[in-house]
Amino acid sequence: MVWFTVWVSILSTLLILPFGLAVSWLLARRQWPGKSIVETLVSMPLFMPPVATGLILLKLLGRRGTVGGFLHDHFDLDIAFTWRGVLAALCVMSFPLFVRSARMAFEEINPRLEQIARTLGAGNFRVFCTITLPLASRGIVGGMLLAFARALGEFGATIIVAGNIPGQTSTLSLAIFQSVQIGRDARAFRLLGISVLLAFAAVWGSEWFLRKKTRT
Amino acid sequence: MSLLLKNISLPLAPFTLEIELELAGRVSVIFGPSGAGKTSLLDLVAGLRRAESAFIQLDGQVLTDTSRGVFVATRHRGVGYVPQDLALFPHLSVRQNLLYGSKSACEASRTISFERVVEVLEIQPMLQRGIAELSGGEKQRVALARGLLASPQLLLLDEPLASLDANLKARIIPYLARIRDEFHVPMLYVTHDRHEMLALADELVVLINGKVAQSGAVPEVFRHPANLAVAGLLTVETVQPGRIVKTADGLVTVAVGSTMLSAAEQNLPADATGVYVCIRAEDVILLQTGEIASSARNRLAAIVQTVVREGPFMRVELDCGFPLAVLLTKQACDEMALEYGKQVVALVKAPHIHLIPR
Repeated sequence: MVWFTVWVSILSTLLILPFGLAVSWLLARRQWPGKSIVETLVSMPLFMPPVATGLILLKLLGRRGTVGGFLHDHFDLDIAFTWRGVLAALCVMSFPLFVRSARMAFEEINPRLEQIARTLGAGNFRVFCTITLPLASRGIVGGMLLAFARALGEFGATIIVAGNIPGQTSTLSLAIFQSVQIGRDARAFRLLGISVLLAFAAVWGSEWFLRKKTRT
Repeated sequence: MSLLLKNISLPLAPFTLEIELELAGRVSVIFGPSGAGKTSLLDLVAGLRRAESAFIQLDGQVLTDTSRGVFVATRHRGVGYVPQDLALFPHLSVRQNLLYGSKSACEASRTISFERVVEVLEIQPMLQRGIAELSGGEKQRVALARGLLASPQLLLLDEPLASLDANLKARIIPYLARIRDEFHVPMLYVTHDRHEMLALADELVVLINGKVAQSGAVPEVFRHPANLAVAGLLTVETVQPGRIVKTADGLVTVAVGSTMLSAAEQNLPADATGVYVCIRAEDVILLQTGEIASSARNRLAAIVQTVVREGPFMRVELDCGFPLAVLLTKQACDEMALEYGKQVVALVKAPHIHLIPR
């Protein structure tokens, strides 16, 4: 269950990375119709009760939901109350945190640097890979850490979309909650210790990465 | 180099940039006050901005033609750019900055060698350093070198020395002159600094409020500023209102207050009476009182008001019925023992008095 929590959190972070980069870059650098709507939608999960977000997801992804129903009928794929539901909840809940951080990082880059790279013969892709990404890397790594941390601790949306099925959808937070509920305090504290270790490793690891980054 | 800018129209905040211009000099200086649209003009040439309407052609290749929907992407324009803030890539070393452009250029179009640029701009010792470890003058040279190494057909320079103090500026200008002479890369150089302009320009374009106020060879523009705004911008130091008294034998007699001046101005409108009298400080010669006659048409009794150091020169303000500025070497100033209240004679040749109708 601990490893399930860790890998599903890592997976959700990696999954939102390409979309998050695209959305945050579009929000930071381009003007387009509907931008403010997308901006608002992306941030909504931050401000809504996670349980409410979970309920929306359940209605969408459940067997009778629009998306869930389609996937069930055509691909025999169930989302709600499976590990995929956990993944979906983690993605949606951590996405806004990543976008906020990455977007700010993109906005801080002097656009002149990208323009000059273009005068030096670089195409859009090369400019993005050699100038934009490296200069925004601190913000992007920071955003990934935030997203990962949010995923590790996600509770409200997950329990609605995926339930708390031991061995299938039970995550660290859900397990701690359940242990406390049924009075298994020793288990709750053991899990608490693991949470502390995970959080410490994540923060320490990213600090180490950023320090290394500054030195080079 | 031939750069053709036609039918340019780009609305900016207080005015519209409107340009019709043909440039062919090795170094064409765009000279104008801050906010005249100089940087926007460079951005248009580099393709970093789109104009409402524009036709831009560099050495026969059309880069922008809004009427036919032609817009060559920045990276295919062969135009190097050194912006005002230099925009060196802070996460790359000096060497990586320099090589950024040469990676994109194909072998055939690469005409400028890395080793030669590094040698001419004396960059060798800093190649391995990071950008943050460079001084202001070093950054300037690295930015120049990076622009050059993409082997551009035209180098755009946007006030590249603006952030440097006068001392450092004087040290970098020779490097720019070397680039001009050694690599034969034509430059479009934006500045509002007169010293840089005089040191580098073959051709001068005076840009005021988004319009070309005057363009031409440097001495020509200086000798005959098209209007008062240009004269003021070029700091033709003495600009005084005067009145034409008579015109005879190619000489125009002008009264400035109670002082009479002779000017050899041609092409004045027949009905002009009110004029601005423009005299450049370098064109005035000072004599001790009582010295012998000279060929200069204007011999003015004057009293020294102030003597101030200006770069390598001394600026002397005289009162000769109107304020007259004179630029002298320090030596000349010392020899004549110029100081407040001293009486002197100021000589100005008639062709050095320029009249602008008002």
